[in-house]
Amino acid sequence: MTATLLQPADMTRALTRIAHEILEGNRGTSDLVLLGIPTRGVTLAKRIAATLAQIDGTEVPVGALDVTMYRDDLMSNPTRATAQTDVPVDIEGKTVVLVDDVLYSGRTVRAALDALTNFGRPETVRLAVLIDRGHRQLPIRADYVGKNVPSAHSERINVRLSEIDGNDLVTIAEHTSGGAA
Amino acid sequence: MKHLLSTRDLDRATAISILDVALDMAALGTRDVKKLPALRGKTIVNLFYEDSTRTRISFEAAEKRLSADVINFSAKGSSVSKGESLKDTAQTLDAMGIDAVVVRHSSSGAPHLLAHSGWLDVPIVNAGDGTHEHPTQALLDAFTLRESMFDDDARGKGLDGLNIVIVGDILHSRVARSNIWLLATLGANVTVVAPPTLTPPGIETWPVRLSHSLDDALEAAPDAVMMLRIQSERMKAAFFPNAREYAKFWGLTAARYRKLGESTIIMHPGPMNRGLEISGEAADSPQSVILKQVTNGVFVRMAVLFTVLTGAKGDVHE
Amino acid sequence: MYMSNEILITGANIMGEATADILVRDGVITAVGAKLEAPEARIIDAKGLIALPGLVDLHTHLREPGFEQSETVLTGSRAAAAGGFTTVFAMANTSPVADNAGVVEQVKRLGDEAGYVTVRPIGAVTVGLAGETLADLGSMATSRAQVSVFSDDGKCVHDSLLMRRAMEYVKTFGGVIAQHAQDPRLTIDAQMNEGEVSSRLGLNGWPAVAEESIIARDVLLAEHIGSRLHICHLSTAGSVEIIRWAKARGIAVTVEVTPHHLLLTDDLAENYDARFKVNPPLRTAADVQALRAAVADGTIDIVATDHAPHPHDTKDCEWDQASFGMVGLESALPIVNTTLVSTGLLSWSDVARVMSQAPAQIGSLEGNRALTVGEVADIVLFDPSTSREWSTDDVVSRSKNTPFSGITLAGSVVHTIRHGYLTVTDGLLVDEKVVAEAGGFRG
Ligand SMILES: [Zn+2]
Repeated sequence: MTATLLQPADMTRALTRIAHEILEGNRGTSDLVLLGIPTRGVTLAKRIAATLAQIDGTEVPVGALDVTMYRDDLMSNPTRATAQTDVPVDIEGKTVVLVDDVLYSGRTVRAALDALTNFGRPETVRLAVLIDRGHRQLPIRADYVGKNVPSAHSERINVRLSEIDGNDLVTIAEHTSGGAA
Repeated sequence: MKHLLSTRDLDRATAISILDVALDMAALGTRDVKKLPALRGKTIVNLFYEDSTRTRISFEAAEKRLSADVINFSAKGSSVSKGESLKDTAQTLDAMGIDAVVVRHSSSGAPHLLAHSGWLDVPIVNAGDGTHEHPTQALLDAFTLRESMFDDDARGKGLDGLNIVIVGDILHSRVARSNIWLLATLGANVTVVAPPTLTPPGIETWPVRLSHSLDDALEAAPDAVMMLRIQSERMKAAFFPNAREYAKFWGLTAARYRKLGESTIIMHPGPMNRGLEISGEAADSPQSVILKQVTNGVFVRMAVLFTVLTGAKGDVHE
Repeated sequence: MYMSNEILITGANIMGEATADILVRDGVITAVGAKLEAPEARIIDAKGLIALPGLVDLHTHLREPGFEQSETVLTGSRAAAAGGFTTVFAMANTSPVADNAGVVEQVKRLGDEAGYVTVRPIGAVTVGLAGETLADLGSMATSRAQVSVFSDDGKCVHDSLLMRRAMEYVKTFGGVIAQHAQDPRLTIDAQMNEGEVSSRLGLNGWPAVAEESIIARDVLLAEHIGSRLHICHLSTAGSVEIIRWAKARGIAVTVEVTPHHLLLTDDLAENYDARFKVNPPLRTAADVQALRAAVADGTIDIVATDHAPHPHDTKDCEWDQASFGMVGLESALPIVNTTLVSTGLLSWSDVARVMSQAPAQIGSLEGNRALTVGEVADIVLFDPSTSREWSTDDVVSRSKNTPFSGITLAGSVVHTIRHGYLTVTDGLLVDEKVVAEAGGFRG
């Protein structure tokens, strides 16, 4: 059984709302840096940046932060391919908004916080996610959430983005075979 | 991938994945903090039965950048020089609970034995075995080629259609063997140039073109020419008459270099015999990537160690 | 323990040609025929078993004196009996080298005491196998060991002049030189057959021409001086061609091939498993086919094991540091059955020829080995119908360096009779004391 969580229009609305919330929280776009966590977090970060540009008229720096090498489950899960890290500006004293598609255990975000320390000391770090599905294993919460989705461990959330997957869609289904959520 | 013993058993997807991971490792070189925590708590033994400071240092740098604990074990001045067998050494390391072995050995097949004998059960990385293979050298050469050809666009790519010339002592060169298999897997066209005395028997079944004329091979303006180191003991064993004649027929002399187009990059695994297989002018030219090969060696070895040491199922997963 | 001087073998298939009973008394075959009766005799029911004359191995390394951690005359004799052999020729590369009457008499005495097989020592051609000066050839020939075969095996007598002199000199007493054909300069640090596999594995090649050039030289020398010549462990298709040519010219050359060269190929080196390291090396599939055909057409005279025991540690190591050689006495007849008989290339009487009669003749042994009345009762009874995956459990040699583990071999030795007494019965070796006593020694 597969159920749809977000239609394309829902996704656009959610991201637009997040962009507005970031502006409010940050009182504008000054010193703001968006860093997406590969792969889909980077795409979402770019969309949020585009929305910010529409609203505010300023270009917010967008980059990518690969956290593979900082994960604490490297030895227990299948080998992961690494992805490109691209931090376009010095983050010292800035407000960094980490962007990911799904927030689940919190371990990816923990790894991201670790990775970030190698690039400098931001003034503030915020977290934006498209879906928060609960089941945190670490004391981490998101500042900006597209949609809260109470889910069971056995369920799998699938985020599709047109830039990567050809269409925008978020679904939830019973987890059938192996594979990372 | 549990071990890296040979490039011959690397499939294209795995090879490209290692090169891509190396690309991400390379990005690290531009940061203030060059260290990653990925192999924290892992102990890697560099088991070197042959002197090779440059290879050992390259592996050691790779291991330390991944936060592994490093033990260097060189045959000289150790129990090995007192006659301890490879098996005893392997079992001793196993008893110490180490996590991986990087092995350099003068006997072809020694890494294969470590991986398959049951003496110890950890990932084995071949850092050069006898006249067999030197897979990390071939990977770093492929990485350097990809970087030179595709620049920022290298990710995910093979070396399809590139023309590569490998010159020198193919018979005894582990670098040549590893390169031949890997370059073929990545889609390159390989021409080997060697005197018949230094051409491996049966090479006609290998995925290469054989030529005995360096000038002909260079005439075709290849994308890269890879010069191999020639050992002086080959001369004593009558593989060729003398150094002067070797340089004349098989060396990348200044004259040959000047005739070479700018688009042909020049490679050498090091250490070089300047004036023998390669002239100083060629080695120091703008199209020489010899120092880049050294730099890239660390990234590629990081990628290899990361690949063999992480992952519960041993497969690459997006 | 029930001891009798009589053994009655009933219903044996004699060399694959006729079914008959064989009566053995006091070490000699006394009757062959249907429905023999001997109330006192120990009966061996040989229904379905092939009876062959006891096998003769012209090329065995017994390692004693000097390398007793690998094998002794006793343990090697037991391995031979288990393989159906009743005579073995023991190679000279012991320590000290069998280059004088003292050493060869010692080896013969140890063989007699063990009693499992007749041990005929081979004498070295040159002092210390050094290839420089001739050993005490005459003294060894006229010693109690009656040396008739001389060989520097393990090393080639590569000096042309020395080879010529040796072949000439041993004519004095009807001896023969058994040449290990290997040009030493063409095989410096050689590790395996030179070819695509050696190139790929980065192991130094042992080219076919290093064997063929020595064989060509030596058959020409033999022709020139009118001497006999024996070539050890022929391994290449090219060598077969040279021998075929030499025999057509009437040159008195005889040739052996090993069971492993009839079965195994060089690609087995791919895992760097040193059990497959042997000298001369395993060759290509085309060579194996040529060798089999050459046994079938008589170009190759005999099968000899080159049984070469080595301790585990010298095989469980890096390939280029491992010892050359493999054990082969126990597996020889099953391999010949698998590669030559089952394939239709040889009949059982051919097997009797290549594994018993011809080697005996080359080694100047007495007797005809014909399983007829009056012959010495050296007999092996072989069951060709069984088949099993070979394992180190099948190796009774002190060393277990068999390359055949995991390979299915057809047939097994059920009984071996030497000089009229059993050394192997129902597939099991007879007790050492019983055999020694039957052989005439009482400790
Ligand atoms: Zn030999």
